[in-house]
Amino acid sequence: MKTLFTFCLFILSFEAFSYNWPVKTVQELQKALFESKTNDTILVAKGNYKVLNLEITKPLVIIGQNQPVLDAQFKGEIFIVKSNDVSISGFKFLNVGETSMIDWAGVKILESENVKVFKNEFINCYFGVYLSASNKCLIENNRIIGTPKEEQTTGNGIHAWKCDSINIFNNYIEGHRDGIYFEFVTNSLIKNNLSTKNIRYGLHFMFSHYDTYTHNIFKKNGAGVAVMYTKHVTMKDNFFDSNWGGSAYGILLKDISDSDIEHNLFNSNTVGVYMEGCSRLKMQENVFRKNGVGLRIQANCDENNIHHNNFMANTFDIATNGSVTFNYLNDNYWDKYEGYDLNHDGKGDILYRPVSLFSTLIERMPQAMILLRSFTATLLDKIEKIIPSLTPENLKDDSPSMKPNAIKAFNFKV
Amino acid sequence: MQKTIKYVVYDIIRNRFVMGYTLLLLLLSVSFFWFEADPNKGLLSLLNIILMVIPLVSVIFSTIHFYNSYEFIELLSAQPMSRRTIYFSQFLGLCFSLGMAFLIGVGLPTLIFDGSMRGLTLVSGGLLITLTFVAIAFLASVITKDKAKAIGVALAVWFYLCILYDGMVLMVLVNMADYPMEKASLVFSALNPMDLARILVLMQLDVSALMGITGAVFQNFFSSTWGVFISFVLLLLWVITPVFFGYRIFSKKDL
Repeated sequence: MKTLFTFCLFILSFEAFSYNWPVKTVQELQKALFESKTNDTILVAKGNYKVLNLEITKPLVIIGQNQPVLDAQFKGEIFIVKSNDVSISGFKFLNVGETSMIDWAGVKILESENVKVFKNEFINCYFGVYLSASNKCLIENNRIIGTPKEEQTTGNGIHAWKCDSINIFNNYIEGHRDGIYFEFVTNSLIKNNLSTKNIRYGLHFMFSHYDTYTHNIFKKNGAGVAVMYTKHVTMKDNFFDSNWGGSAYGILLKDISDSDIEHNLFNSNTVGVYMEGCSRLKMQENVFRKNGVGLRIQANCDENNIHHNNFMANTFDIATNGSVTFNYLNDNYWDKYEGYDLNHDGKGDILYRPVSLFSTLIERMPQAMILLRSFTATLLDKIEKIIPSLTPENLKDDSPSMKPNAIKAFNFKV
Repeated sequence: MQKTIKYVVYDIIRNRFVMGYTLLLLLLSVSFFWFEADPNKGLLSLLNIILMVIPLVSVIFSTIHFYNSYEFIELLSAQPMSRRTIYFSQFLGLCFSLGMAFLIGVGLPTLIFDGSMRGLTLVSGGLLITLTFVAIAFLASVITKDKAKAIGVALAVWFYLCILYDGMVLMVLVNMADYPMEKASLVFSALNPMDLARILVLMQLDVSALMGITGAVFQNFFSSTWGVFISFVLLLLWVITPVFFGYRIFSKKDL
């Protein structure tokens, strides 16, 4: 019995027993980071800490109590995590400097697993959270607010490069270059984030396969959202709002294939969805409302299935640049549809061509825009409806819905 | 002059046409706003009315009215009154009645359902269009001797400004597609009051689609305070110029 007790004590002291390091000054913090053992907890008291380039090389739990401020005074970065199982929470990261050589960040995670960054605030940071070659990380409930300068001198809110299975939940990102930036990030989940007023894209990803984006809001970003060179993406229940400007898109899809875009709301964007080189996408139950152009399908898109969407109050529902397309439009609701439904099955009896002659004209001569909504333009569209000659022959909805498709209500929570 | 304006207005109200016109406009505007869930679409439908119906009614009614009160004008000319007083009281009387008809029929519902900047632009644009076509009708009336010819001239001007002009602009744009036509199209639109009013309203409504490459030029011009000011001055010129030339002719005309 006594042997067993001693053995247990031995095990406890060696393995499971973790030590708490209360920290009140910068020196104490540096000492704690240096001397602590694996799985220790560092408790940082409220205060203002002028810190620079703190490396974390072992699994630690670092907790800021009453939101202490870590200020890098624009001289460098703050936390550099180089170990698995690190948790950082409750801090306010301030003033991370900007360089063109290194991407300085509030929290930088390098080649680590299971790192958690939550309930922090990042103010004036070049990069907010920077993940590189790290897997299974969680970035949750952070407020990341930058002061945008120019594209070259502003970093991303949450930046991830070559990661796998990371979760990004409930963050608020404002005033960065890209709100959320992904490159070579796979199997990840982005949920409930609000990305707004970023000077380039609210969300930007490339080569990031098998990712899921749900319940996010992308609002008033310089150029909307851009996603490129990716397959098997799921985008559901997102809200793309007021991405306004000469080259702004609700969402720009370039070379995206085998993906689902379902139940999103596109409201007041210059172009709701811009598709270039996209294949085998499924777009359903989306609402396009008050956009300049609802959906722009370039001629190099094929086999896309666009059905049960609602197009309402857009200036142009669909625009395209070619004459032949191999995409399928079915059962969408178009508020400009003027057909009838004799057998009352809810589907219009005559097909609907959503590309108007006028939008084809503008494609060739943007100057003709001055005739928008003039009698001449209306007349041309009417003639074209009767005898189609210029508009794409096979871009048509064979069974347009007479009434808006029943789409479950949007419920955005951030 | 006030007295003569009063008589002109009385005369117009008595013939009930303007009343009917007001009611029709009121009915149309209210139904547009009621049946369209989105006030944006209501405004767009109203814009179509303003661009087609209102110019037509204004120009024809004014011409007919001018010739119907020809005897009254002759009578007034026999009185110690200047030609200027006679002409402008006729013009202002018509402007007042048709303007009121528009403001009650379209302005009131618009401002009630959508009292924003775009509603205001629509109403002020429409009002200036009404006045423009009254002015054009007066010019058409004084340069011709008989009613049918005057209506013909007025209708031709309406047809030109509403339909032909845009077609011609489109033709020019198609043929000159290889040249930078952004600035030119800006000038084209300034030369037609209908285009001017339409684009002013569109800048408040459809801004997003217009923001392409050409759109940028327009956006810069029509959305700046300076641009809006210039457009309204141009619209006013479209009222003043025909009235002025009409007056020049009328003051020397053998009635």
